[in-house]
Amino acid sequence: MSRLIRMDQTGHTTLAEWSAEDPVAVQAAESALRAELELGYFAVVTQGEGNAEQVRELPVDAPLVILRRPIAGG
Amino acid sequence: MSATGPTSETVGALPELGSVYWRPLASQRSLARADRLWTLSTAAHTLPFIAAAGLLVALKPVTLPVALVALAHAWIIPELYAARGANVVRPRPRTGHDAERRALGLLGDLVGHQARELHAKTGLVLERGRLGVWLLGEAGALLVRPGSRRVHCYCVKVSEPGLPSGDRIAHLLLALRADEAGFATVANLAFSGACWRLRRRLQGAQREGLKAAARAAAPR
Repeated sequence: MSRLIRMDQTGHTTLAEWSAEDPVAVQAAESALRAELELGYFAVVTQGEGNAEQVRELPVDAPLVILRRPIAGG
Repeated sequence: MSATGPTSETVGALPELGSVYWRPLASQRSLARADRLWTLSTAAHTLPFIAAAGLLVALKPVTLPVALVALAHAWIIPELYAARGANVVRPRPRTGHDAERRALGLLGDLVGHQARELHAKTGLVLERGRLGVWLLGEAGALLVRPGSRRVHCYCVKVSEPGLPSGDRIAHLLLALRADEAGFATVANLAFSGACWRLRRRLQGAQREGLKAAARAAAPR
């Protein structure tokens, strides 16, 4: 089961869970992702240790999509 | 160094680059240039005091106390810069216990066993990159350059209040992994200098982290 999570004040919140064979769950996850992107979150997919990729669309096969806030120099 | 400034339109580039469009994209060359500029700046701050101290003693040995004050200035100025560098990884106040635990769980899933152990000891996450070996804290990052002699201290953080410590580090880790050059461009350089100078300004456990990063960045 793949998960879409958002890092927030609670540690993290799971916003959607889906499997590639379940189009309804995929659609719900895509909607959840779009809503968070509109709020200013960035979506990142980890690709093993040392690598990650920014995404704008839901990668259906990814096991974990993490939503993060923007960073800035302090 | 790239001829043009960074752009978030580049495939895979950090979207945050758009907010620092005037900065050249960080590279080995731009970091080496920053190293040289910091060394020159340190020399410009200290050599006049050392020269003045020498001149005073040579002309009038009775001015030795004043010469000693000048020498103290020459010593203190680089130390203050190093302290500023060390501050970027100073631990911040913790939020609720449950949130911290959940955030640590996620961070633990993102890193390997060794990095998890080091984080438990030092509060810093070690990550190898192309520009050197990174140590990520809650509101800043240290970059030990290849060869382990020099370190860059960056002030960089997620601007969301109330996030647990583990999430703050995870934000930096994911951004770094997505685009290392972009990460080093977005971050503000607070100090660049010798590892030994920074080590003395770090908190006890964090010195262990710097030692591990220096080991990882050492030539093989």
